[in-house]
Parts: sequence; structure tokens; C-alpha cells
Amino acid sequence: MSNIEILMPALSPTMEEGGIAKWLVKPGDTIRAGDLIAEIETDKAIMEFESACDGRISELLVEEGSNQIKVNTPIALISDESISRKDRNVSTKHSNNSSLSNTNQFDLKSSDSGDVKEIKDGQKLFTVREAIRDALAEEMRTDQNVFLMGEEVAEYEGAYKVSQGLLDEFGSERVIDTPITEHGFTGLAAGAAFGGLKPVVEFMTFNFSLQAMDQIINTCAKTLYMSGGQMNCPIVIRGPNGAASQVAAQHSQDFAPWFASVPGLKVVQPFSANDAKGLLKSAIRDPNPVIFLENEILYNDKSASSKISDQLIPIGKAKVLLEGSDVTLVSYGIGIKHSLSAVELARDIDISVELIDLRSIRPIDYETVFESIKKTNRCITVEECFPICSIGNHLSASVMESIFDHLDSPIINCNGKDVPMPYAKNLEKAALLRPEEILNAIKKVTYRG
Amino acid sequence: MTKKEILDTYLVIYEKMLLIRRFEEKAGQLYGMGKIGGFCHLYIGQEAVVVGVDSVKKKGDQVITSYRDHGHMLSCGMDPKGVMAELTGKKTGYSKGKGGSMHMFSKSKDFYGGHGIVGAQVPIGAGLAFSNKYKKNKSVCFTYFGDGAANQGQIYETFNMASLWKLPVVFIIENNQYAMGTSIDRASSTLKLFSRGQAFNIPGQLVDGMDVLKVSKATELAAKNCRNGNGPYILEMNTYRYKGHSMSDPAKYRTREEVQNIKDKKDPIENFQKYLLKQGVKEDEFKKIDQKIKGTISEAAEFAIESKEPDLSDLFKDIYL
Repeated sequence: MSNIEILMPALSPTMEEGGIAKWLVKPGDTIRAGDLIAEIETDKAIMEFESACDGRISELLVEEGSNQIKVNTPIALISDESISRKDRNVSTKHSNNSSLSNTNQFDLKSSDSGDVKEIKDGQKLFTVREAIRDALAEEMRTDQNVFLMGEEVAEYEGAYKVSQGLLDEFGSERVIDTPITEHGFTGLAAGAAFGGLKPVVEFMTFNFSLQAMDQIINTCAKTLYMSGGQMNCPIVIRGPNGAASQVAAQHSQDFAPWFASVPGLKVVQPFSANDAKGLLKSAIRDPNPVIFLENEILYNDKSASSKISDQLIPIGKAKVLLEGSDVTLVSYGIGIKHSLSAVELARDIDISVELIDLRSIRPIDYETVFESIKKTNRCITVEECFPICSIGNHLSASVMESIFDHLDSPIINCNGKDVPMPYAKNLEKAALLRPEEILNAIKKVTYRG
Repeated sequence: MTKKEILDTYLVIYEKMLLIRRFEEKAGQLYGMGKIGGFCHLYIGQEAVVVGVDSVKKKGDQVITSYRDHGHMLSCGMDPKGVMAELTGKKTGYSKGKGGSMHMFSKSKDFYGGHGIVGAQVPIGAGLAFSNKYKKNKSVCFTYFGDGAANQGQIYETFNMASLWKLPVVFIIENNQYAMGTSIDRASSTLKLFSRGQAFNIPGQLVDGMDVLKVSKATELAAKNCRNGNGPYILEMNTYRYKGHSMSDPAKYRTREEVQNIKDKKDPIENFQKYLLKQGVKEDEFKKIDQKIKGTISEAAEFAIESKEPDLSDLFKDIYL
């Protein structure tokens, strides 16, 4: 008889660590492959976890309520003794019971470590996921005409759990599960907007927006102009955009420049939770169509989690995230995460970086960018999208046209590679932006390379 | 209603059909003179469809259609001057000269366009119906599309949602027999377009779209069905366009005889006039209407030609609200 380790499983493409929401077994229980043994809290949801083997639970290595357990960490031991039919019946009964009442035999207090990290200055740090949900809920409370529609937004509570609790609070007339028909329901939402409502459309990912592109571009963006200012389209189209983790070419693309090239649309791509909330509230109140680009990795990312103020963040206003004197980094969305890492690396070699979060990509806050470059005389753009026709290309041209004499070095555009996103982990990593690449660009424009 | 009252409403219907016919003839003429540019799709021959539908429309009901839209606008009560001025690209047009023939709107008349992409107006129409249901008013959205659009995928996405959510929308298929130059039998695997909703549980009906009273009667029942909360309804209006797909269409895909035959036997305006004469309407009445419309049209044309072009500063206006 030997013990088999049960490891913390990866239950989503982006899950790096998880928590034990509930043990459904206790030491001594006999289990069969397929029996539920725990409820695991992933970066998105609480999921049931099944045993992959038969045996008897010999030890639970992690207490119920524990958080931040890295994927592949042992969480329980199972002895692989063969079990009789009688044992199996007992085990089924036990696991049922344990989920109801027997759990009390363990000390259920959650470990404090996770919560401590999440509170600074006595104020909770919100994840981007929570921030977006709260923005939706608050706007739906204040305006009866706001409603949410999309695939799995209601009963499933969002494919990425962004709409958690909204169906319960607002009901199925305002939180609406759609069939899988992006083209159709985007057009339908545009019609509802013309009819006086304020739809928020969720795309499960923006990769699926391509199905609906005609309605977004030809209807939502252009009708106000084509009607001589009579008919506006107050719609918000939101959802995760860009690469997640190993979901390959058809599910990993940043569409920011596509949408940003169309007059009539507004386009935002926030990084922090606070900006996500403030910008989404502004987007819902905006009388124009707003493309709200989220990022799956940032939904639960610690670097993007933040305190929440109740202020609206105006669309079209960039934010100087870090002040510096040697070089200006201009970025948005997940580019900020990579940029923050690069800023740390640059600090080690005494280069002072000013980091600007564009937040809005259309309209772009040129002034904030120009003012920074006038001070640092150097500029690097950082974004996940493909390098050709990127926002960085456009900004480079704008800087040259407007403040060429302030530049001491050519602008460098850091982008994802010019390839469809590969699946293999190492190739995917090579295709994505890396902080080291940004650091190299920083060295180059400061002639330190 | 007394017979006199009924005949009076019929004369209004006749007048609207004739107004559309004369308006379109004038638009064709202005196009030939270079006063109207771009694409221009005339509605001549199909007048009974929009006027019949309009006759049962209630206040608050919406209308949305594709790019063959002049008839729909006039029938909604939009000012011929404003429509014609838009065709000539003038500041005084419904879209201030920025939309043209295919893109005009009037919120006050509940006309939601005027859409240039084949089939795109159909989900939008269902969305307007969705807003009616959401607001719990009793309004219906009349959503028009052609036999060509009937093969677009988004139509069926819309049928599914409209039926699933019981949206108050009447889908009106204007089957004018040709999708641009492709006759329906060369483009559709089945010719019964009214039955295309069967898979979604949407009732459908074939209607003689050249007979305004038949259109009116069928639409009344369909709209009632919607208002009663039973969800969408499909009406296939069998109709015919006399002119080419657009002004630049040489119409080589059909014979002159085919067109002439329809004009001789099925013309919606002439046949309705004959019917009214039989019912006792005097010739004089028609002459009066004719004169009145002539005046309206020449006034509209004059207004459209005389009006100013948009200011260049308008180029950057109305992109955002």
C-alpha cells in the first residue's frame, strides 16, 4: 500500500493558484475515481473537483478555506488499497454527508494570508472582475434602460464570471442569455439602442466580434453621422480581448487598432480595477457606441487589482502612472503589466521611466503623451496587438508631425510578434510581449544598449 | 364606417401610392440630369406594399427597411422636400446631405432607416421590437427586407431570437422577383419565402403585394398577432419592380415583355383606381389628386435643387453626440 498525492489542479487556462473552498471528503473515506472530493476556487469560479483514482483518503494536506495554493501543490494523500463494493457504498454516503454537515469536524477558518494581502490602508483591493461587475450593477440600479445581453451572462453568470449575481438582482428581463449568434444579437442590441434602451453586449471574447463586425462598424458607428445627427447608438460592447493562455490563434488577438480606426466608435482598454470601473460607468452613460476591451489575464491579476473610488473616469483621458525623466513608455491594457515589470528592470540600471496608461484608444489623449515626451525626449510604445497598423505606429506618426524637434531618438514600437498566436507554451511566450524586450528598447533609445 | 368614409380612406391610400410613383419618376429624372448621385433604387411598381402596411400602422409602430426606401419614407409621412433634398445631397435633406438615398431616418415619424447593407436592418428591427417589449408598450416594428436578403444568415439568427423571445415584429419580405440581377429561382433553394420561418415556429403568409387592400388586410392580422404577445409574423409580399435594381442597371436579365405584361395586368395604382371608379368615385377626384401631387413633386424638386449644399464645416459634425 502506498500513498498517492492529489495535486492542486489547473481548472482554467489562466489559473496559476487556487483555494480549497470546501473539502467533500475526510480522512478515512473510501473513494472511487469520479467521486467529488473538493470544491476548488479558481481564478474564475468555484469548481467541483473529482478524484482520478480509487483509494482511501489518508490525509488532507491543506485546510478548507486556504487560498493561493500553487497549481501542482499536493493537497491530499490517498492510499491506493483496493476497495470492496461495501466500502464504496459507504464512501458515497460519506461524501454526501460531508458536504452537508461533517465538514464541521475540520477547523474551517480561512487562512488569513490571502485576506491580509488584499487589504491596504484598511481598504479592500478589488479585482478587475469585481470592478466590472460592480460598475454594471450600479449603472443598472440607476438606469432602468440599461440591460446586459450575451452568451452565458445570466444563468451561468458569465463565461469568465464577470456577471456574478446580476441575474439574481435584476432578473431575466434585464440580464439576458442569448443564443450563439453574435451577428444577430449585436444587430438586435443596436436596434434596442435606437429604440431608447442602453444595451451592454458581452462578447464571450472579442475574437467572436468578427462575426458581428458589420453591425458594429456599419450600424453602431455610422448611423449618427448618416442620419445627420438624429439617431445615436448608446451601446457598450465589452468582453475579454487579447491573448489568454495557450488558447491559440483564433482566441488570442488584440483588436484595439481595428476598432480604433473607425470614426464614430469610442474605444477603451483599461488596466486597473479602478479604471475599469470608472470607465465602464462612463461608457454606459455615453450616448455613443463604446468598445470596452477587457483582458482575461487581468480579471484576477494582483497588479491590476486596486482600491476603488466612486469617481467616473472620463473617456479620452490618459493617466501618468509613474513619473520619470529619461524615457516615456506609452501603453494600455495588459501592456501596462509588462511595462511595470520593465520599469523595475530599468530602475536597476538607473534609467528613470515615465509610464503613461492611455486607457482610451479612441479618442487618444495626445496632449498627455506629447507633454511627457517634451520632458523625456524619448518614447517607446508598448501594446499586445500585431505590429502592423498598431496604435504605436499611429502615435509615432503623430509625435513626428507635432513635436519632432523634441525627439532625441527614434520612437520604438514594442508589440506582439507578427504571427498568428501559437499554442505551444514556449512559442506562445516568444510571440507575446516580454518585459526584457521593453527593457532593450529602453536601453536603445537612451543609448545605453 | 359609412361607405363614404371608407372611400375617403381609400382615396388617401390611392394618393399615397401615386405620390410615391410620381416622386420616384422625378427622382429618376433628376438622376439622369446628374442632380442625384451614387446609388439610387427606385420603388416604382411596389407601391401597394408600403402603403398597404402603412394603412394599419398605429402611432408608435416603427418601420425599418433596406436601401429601396423612398416609398417607405413618403408613406410614413416624411416630407417629400426633405427626402428629395437628401437625394440631391443638400443641407436641407433629412440627413443634412450626409446619408443620401440609402440612409435616411426620422425619429419623429418612427422611421429607422434606410440601411445600405443587405439584411442588416433585420436584427435591428427585431431590436426595436425588443425595446417595445422591454418598455411594455403595444407597438410593433414592421421590418422590411427583400427576396435577396432572405438568404442572409443574420435573418435566421433574428428569426430564432424573435420567436424565442416573442418579439412584436412583422417581417415583411418584399419579393420583387430579382435580387439585383438574379431571379429568385436562381438564388433560392425554395421559393416559398413566407415559409422560411417554419423552422422557428413563425407563422408566414403569402400576400398579393400588387393589391393594396389585400396587403392591408394581411398586415392587420399579422400586427394583431404581435400585439397580442404571440411573437413575430412573416408576410411575403409578391410584388414587382418596374425599374432596374438601381439607376445604373441595364436590366438585361429580364425581357421588356415581362415587365410590360406586369404593368398592363398588375399595376397596383391603375387597378386600385379602376376598383374605386367601380365603387363610385368620380373621375374628378382623381384629377384633383393628380394635380395636387404634381404640385407637391415639382415643389420638392425645386426645393432640392435650390437648397444649399452642406457647409464644409459639417464634415466633422455628428460623428459623436
